[in-house]
Amino acid sequence: MDELSRFKETYFDESAELIGVAEAGLLRLSPGNVDMDEVNAIFRAVHSIKGGGGAFGFTDLVHFAHEFEAVMDGVRASRVAITTELVDVMIKANDLLARLLACARDASPAPTDQSEALIGQLRRAAGFEVTDAGPAAAPLQPAGAASQGAPEAGDDGRQTFQIRFVPKDDLLTSGNEPIFMLRALRHMGDAAINVDLNHLPPLSAIEPETIYLSWTVLLTTDEGGEGINDVFEFVSDDSVVEITEIKHATGSVDPDGAWGLFDDEPEAEAAPVPAAAAPTSAPLVPATTPAMAVAKAEPVREPPPRPTGPTGGGGGGGPSAVNLGGHTIRVDLDKIDRLVNMVGEMVITQAMIAEHVRDLPPGAFQELLEGLEQLAQHTRELRESVMSIRAQPVNSVFARMPRLARELAQETGKDVVLVMSGENTEVDKTVVENLVDPLTHMIRNSIDHGLETPNDREAAGKPRTGTVHLSAQHRSGRIVIEVSDDGRGINRPRVLQKAQEKGLIPAGASLSDEEIDNLIFLPGFSTADKVSNISGRGVGMDVVRRNITNLGGRITVYSVPGEGSRFVLSLPLTLAVLDGMVISVGEERFVLPLTNIVESLRPKPADLHGLVNQCDVIMARGEYVRLVYLNHLFGIPKAIGDATKGLVVLVETEDGGRLGLVVDEVLGQQQVVIKSLEANYRRLDGVAAATILGDGRVALILDVAGLQEMSRQSSSASIRQPAPDAVPLLEAV
Amino acid sequence: MSPATSLAPLSGHRTDAVVATRIKEEQYVTFTVGEEEYGVNILSVREIRGWTLESKLPNLPEYVRGVINLRGVIIPIFDLRARFGGGATEVTKRHVVVVIQVGERTRGILVDAISDIVAMAHDQIKPPPSMDTGMVDAHYLAGLFTAEDRMVTLLNVERLFASDMVADEPLTARAQITAEPH
Repeated sequence: MDELSRFKETYFDESAELIGVAEAGLLRLSPGNVDMDEVNAIFRAVHSIKGGGGAFGFTDLVHFAHEFEAVMDGVRASRVAITTELVDVMIKANDLLARLLACARDASPAPTDQSEALIGQLRRAAGFEVTDAGPAAAPLQPAGAASQGAPEAGDDGRQTFQIRFVPKDDLLTSGNEPIFMLRALRHMGDAAINVDLNHLPPLSAIEPETIYLSWTVLLTTDEGGEGINDVFEFVSDDSVVEITEIKHATGSVDPDGAWGLFDDEPEAEAAPVPAAAAPTSAPLVPATTPAMAVAKAEPVREPPPRPTGPTGGGGGGGPSAVNLGGHTIRVDLDKIDRLVNMVGEMVITQAMIAEHVRDLPPGAFQELLEGLEQLAQHTRELRESVMSIRAQPVNSVFARMPRLARELAQETGKDVVLVMSGENTEVDKTVVENLVDPLTHMIRNSIDHGLETPNDREAAGKPRTGTVHLSAQHRSGRIVIEVSDDGRGINRPRVLQKAQEKGLIPAGASLSDEEIDNLIFLPGFSTADKVSNISGRGVGMDVVRRNITNLGGRITVYSVPGEGSRFVLSLPLTLAVLDGMVISVGEERFVLPLTNIVESLRPKPADLHGLVNQCDVIMARGEYVRLVYLNHLFGIPKAIGDATKGLVVLVETEDGGRLGLVVDEVLGQQQVVIKSLEANYRRLDGVAAATILGDGRVALILDVAGLQEMSRQSSSASIRQPAPDAVPLLEAV
Repeated sequence: MSPATSLAPLSGHRTDAVVATRIKEEQYVTFTVGEEEYGVNILSVREIRGWTLESKLPNLPEYVRGVINLRGVIIPIFDLRARFGGGATEVTKRHVVVVIQVGERTRGILVDAISDIVAMAHDQIKPPPSMDTGMVDAHYLAGLFTAEDRMVTLLNVERLFASDMVADEPLTARAQITAEPH
């Protein structure tokens, strides 16, 4: 149901565009200036609206669109001449189509009397009406009156044909469709179509691909027998097609018989044949019935529809057309990215101005300062709005999970209920796209490792069915996604044992519960007793953690033995912006991602220890952490380069390794727009990307894992070349 | 636009010949670094801007000055003097950055001053003398021409910094080693 309404939404959105296309085309159409491409475009637009409408069963809409389309088809085939009047009526028809779309969308009653009136106008303007004078139509409706309303009608070379069409019973399998032929006949003029149901078997015996029907058509047309032959061109070899011209006064077809299929027969019997043949066009046949009838009657009943038309149709159609397009627009992603970029620039420029203004004497520029304050606020709001354009609900990822859970439950023999909440939480498109893998892994992990078998659960006094909860919510400018289960929780003794077996931690190390829980994120860690094809190939939570960190996020695990575990992902709302800490080294400034930072401290000389003349370590939070002198690593002159005089920023890499970065100063926290260095240059070691600070200057965003690798290398280089205080890297090149 | 082109359809072979040589002629922006004068094809020059303070990039050759913010895009700046072994330029406010577009990439070249824009026919450009001494890798020299008694060295911007764009720096080799820490 939800699915269907989404399709409907798309249909309405697209239809709104098509209405626009048709209108633009119609406005360019004039008697002397008929561009066939334009005409085709209009035809296609109306046709598409009709087709989609048929699929959703909007009968009123389809009925009207069909008439409109028929006129356009006539124009296309140069059967209908473009007149100013026709264009006017068609523009009105387009407006009404928009209105019918709006009605269909709101499920409000369609203005059928208006559409019937307009159909009459359309047909008359297109010159279809005149053929109504034909006697074949006479028994149906007071068509004689109609012919008076259209004085040009008369015996002007139009002929009436009786056509008997008995299709070969496997006609449908050759790709032919009788309804199209009958429709084509109807477009040629005035047709009374009578169906022969005598060969229709009981419903149980119906073969959907077999035709049991045959038709007799009385057609009044000016196209002669050849036009009719054309219609049956592709089927006349196999099927019986008899065309006989009838002189006037042979209107012997019983109209009631003609429509009997739809009026009298039980629907169930009538439906299968057309439905199987062409599901979307099935409603068209019954819909046409009143259409033709009313169309013919209309000039009598409502002689002056044209004067009322413009106010009724135009007035009503205009606003509803606007309404229809008001929901969504489709925009090229590039355009949005450009917009996001430009707003980013504006934020920077605004920050730059703000920085300069700070130096002005206070009080002297009160109004300027107030204006700038407002500008800052507007910029912030603008940025949020622009970012929200790229936002997408996480549902596109969440929606895949129930199926995954179901398959896993089957494979593992566990009873699992996946409960989801916050599916509509919005986050940047790029973040959504990158969530699929980690979430898949986490759900797997919860079901495979977290949940117990039904019997175990029962023994533990829990319901047999395990619950996995997947939720998303916004929290302080980030999106927080939680995967929790009510399983057995992390088995800490086993995790500890495994980690020691694999040499991930030294034997005999004593770890807190929290630390043990976090061991599962170590590369190569897997507690599954046997390798299943679900999870437990040693690539597990470490990959999840890396993915999440790459997105600028963090993952935390909470676990209570016997009660379950909870994984909490915290992610930035966009990848274009990063929460960073601006630091300075010498004259250079860098940005450290906030997610990497543990704390900053200024050690006393006594806290520093040299480690076999290779590097310095400090004691921080109960462990020895290696110091990395950023000025040495990057070859920056004029830096303090002394941990006791500058600062040590304690950072943590994604695999949990810690590092003390020696910097001059920590300047403050700031949201920065991430800029590519590779676009115009190339990747650099220890540098993740770049950004532009408030003063317009570029600052590099540091890649902590890269720094760690670099420092390992430089310390091993200093073994070979024992001069730790030299700045080898700059000169080496 | 130019008289030659507008006359071409009207008159005979003589002006056609003029047009032909005109078409071969291209414009070059020339600039100075110290006493030397260099030129680049004007079509590759996106803009010329005054010197703005760069941000240094770590562990790169001296001629990579760093990066600047060009209206929200980060571009690298190369020091042409340093590139040719003349040491890092002592920048002042009068120094100029020629912003060059090479393929998809934009980059800046730090030079002392812009000197001229000259139109040169192809046949006026002489190939550079062979320089197999190993002092300069001559492949980025596109040719030499004389403009009002001055010799201008035409640079092939695509090649000038090509070696820097590909990953053949010593640093990258280092990164490959560190990829296997054990």
